[in-house]
Amino acid sequence: MAALTEEQALLKEQVSSWAREEAPVSKFREMRDRGTETGFDKGTWSAIAEMGWAGILIPEDQGGVAMGHLTFGVVLEELGRQLTASPLLTSAGTGACAIILAGSEAQKKEWLPGLSDGSQIFALAVDETPRHAAPDQIALQAEASGDGFILNGLKVHVPEGLSADAFIVAARTQGQPGESNGLSLFVIQGDTPGISRKRLRTADSRGYANIEFSGVHVARSALLGELDEAAPLLEQILDCGRAHLAAEMLGVAAQAFDMTLDYLKNRIQFGQPIGSFQALGHRASILYTEMEMTRSCVEAALEALDKGDENTAELCSLSKCKAGQFLHHMSNELIQIHGGIGMTDEFDAGLYLKRARALEYALGNEAFHRDRFASLRGF
Amino acid sequence: MANSSEALGSFREEVKSWLADHFPSSLAGQAGAVLRMESVDRSNPDLDLWIKRLGEKGWGTPTWPAEYGGGGLSQLEAQVLNQEIDAIGAFNPLIVTAGMGITMVGPTILEYGTEEQKKRHIPKICLGTTFWSLGYSEPNAGSDLASLQCRAEDMGDHWRLNGQKTWTSGADVSDWCGVLVRTDMDAPKRDGISFIMIDMNQSEIETRPIRLIAGASPFCETFFNNARAEKDDLLGDLNGGWTVGKRLLQHERQSQTGSSSGMGGGQKRSLRDVAEKYVGLDAQGKLSDRDLRGRLADHMMEARAHSLTIARIVAESRGNAKVSAAASILKNAAARVAQNRAELLLEMLGSHGLGWEGEEYNADELAAVRTWLSGKAMSIYGGSFEIQNNIIAKNILGLPENTQRG
Repeated sequence: MAALTEEQALLKEQVSSWAREEAPVSKFREMRDRGTETGFDKGTWSAIAEMGWAGILIPEDQGGVAMGHLTFGVVLEELGRQLTASPLLTSAGTGACAIILAGSEAQKKEWLPGLSDGSQIFALAVDETPRHAAPDQIALQAEASGDGFILNGLKVHVPEGLSADAFIVAARTQGQPGESNGLSLFVIQGDTPGISRKRLRTADSRGYANIEFSGVHVARSALLGELDEAAPLLEQILDCGRAHLAAEMLGVAAQAFDMTLDYLKNRIQFGQPIGSFQALGHRASILYTEMEMTRSCVEAALEALDKGDENTAELCSLSKCKAGQFLHHMSNELIQIHGGIGMTDEFDAGLYLKRARALEYALGNEAFHRDRFASLRGF
Repeated sequence: MANSSEALGSFREEVKSWLADHFPSSLAGQAGAVLRMESVDRSNPDLDLWIKRLGEKGWGTPTWPAEYGGGGLSQLEAQVLNQEIDAIGAFNPLIVTAGMGITMVGPTILEYGTEEQKKRHIPKICLGTTFWSLGYSEPNAGSDLASLQCRAEDMGDHWRLNGQKTWTSGADVSDWCGVLVRTDMDAPKRDGISFIMIDMNQSEIETRPIRLIAGASPFCETFFNNARAEKDDLLGDLNGGWTVGKRLLQHERQSQTGSSSGMGGGQKRSLRDVAEKYVGLDAQGKLSDRDLRGRLADHMMEARAHSLTIARIVAESRGNAKVSAAASILKNAAARVAQNRAELLLEMLGSHGLGWEGEEYNADELAAVRTWLSGKAMSIYGGSFEIQNNIIAKNILGLPENTQRG
């Protein structure tokens, strides 16, 4: 493993101070209280795009800066600390990866510059059931028709589903659910007739929607990659998303850890800071140990994506699972160690707890990735 | 010292060809068979030859200064050496034949010793000719080590030691022992302790091996009855032994973090293969016991997270991995991973994971049982799991000490 470069360390500092000043958790709270439909603040998103962070994964000739996944992870982690809400992960991360990995030259030219400057928001429409399933379970139909395809079916709980200008849609062009052959990817404009969106009001106050495709007609040029052969590509795209999610989760958990540590040092009971009691000190030590181990997994997965390592899939599942376990534990301890104050809406702990579960769910929870890891290891 | 990738590449070639010329091929993959602390097989002429060659080259102690007999290599060069040693099934026998000399005592003498002490003790450790033990714990001073009572009196021209130590690994076969003793009975407990090096070849020292739950062990009880240590064998300052002793423990933890050490790693059977053999896979290729499958995957991920963390800490310290507080994290994680592995292995073996001896059980099964039992010590020695958590809480996280403590 490599250590962060000086450039990455500098960026980390820059993102951290920007997030604390310009997009702190109090801003997310205000947005929640206002009930913004999109689940993010447009001004915040423009600022993120202006700083070039949306172009981190995108090649230079398509308007990006091509700095790679590990660098992208640094940004996601620092924004995660403040629960900064934006389409960065879904659009400039997963969406951009879909076009970079599967897109033709023409598709890259058409979409990447807009993804890089933030003017286009992409959403990945993959889940169809309340539990994230392996790609072979996809049922949404895309039937060949004339010079294109007609899509019918439902995608649920699509992140940034309300604000997306375009969707990356995983659909079945052949075979039955349970078969990994017969899957295809499409990039579809959000205003295509036949697409309807239903806003979901979720505990984490972010912007999800169910997307219904009812007789949606798209041209053949909407096909992303090979017809019927999208399964391995989709796994790669999902793995990018998983590694990115793990980086954000590490940030959310690291902030929850800092808040807890601060409380342990300053809350006085029985005439002492409560952190002087071993029952609490040991829990903090165990959480810290988990955090250090999680960081290693998160960085290893991002690095593997950058290098195109053979064991990338395994590392991405490792990263998502470990980050999930740590965040789950940390967000519960955040509430428990803060006691009554942790239960109040006025304190931020609840916001972290709610974001934690939403991120754990996304693209496969701990159990999903434990199972996938075992399968990848041949048992 | 070579640290650029080119220089490391040519160093690697040098190591390969030296190993090819000097490592007795009869020993390849035999680390486990010939190196057991309670019974190093010194009758094996190839092992003796290998110890001599490696010791004279200084590569048993690769990063120690060449002027005292060490290899004078950088951390990165030492990594290359360990990788090449592992690659051909070789191993560094000195780590065992020097007792605690290489992992703990040597680094501490190099840091706190006088020039004269370094010249006297270090070269013999490098050659693997002195076996060192350590006298720390006492029957009533375990986790609360500073309450130790074994004492050394100043007799003018020498020290006179009286008292009992316990858990002294290899005391019965050791040539020298580093002992923490009380030299000031009146000072507050941490301030009256000194670190004294003592020659074990005297009748005033008695050792009794301790039998453990896993059977025979290298541990001993050690009794000092008016034992004699020379005046110039005080390491560090008089009554400054707590500082020296704590530093030594950091070296101990570093050696227990699970980093590659040239000890012939990579020989462990894969848990996956054991699972396939004893538990079986179903038609989909999944382990038929689904509950075990999940726990096995969890364990493998934890083990991977641990090895990635070692790699990250080495990378972040830019190849100059130094003893740090991170060692406490790694030590606890290493113990948990190893203990969990042993439990899973035992569970998979079923009733064959309960064999103690006899031909009904194969060697791997019997080894699994002993490893399971002896591994329980990993979270106790070198500062228990709880003591490491105290260290993390205080030294890394900056949590306050409890003022109600006695």
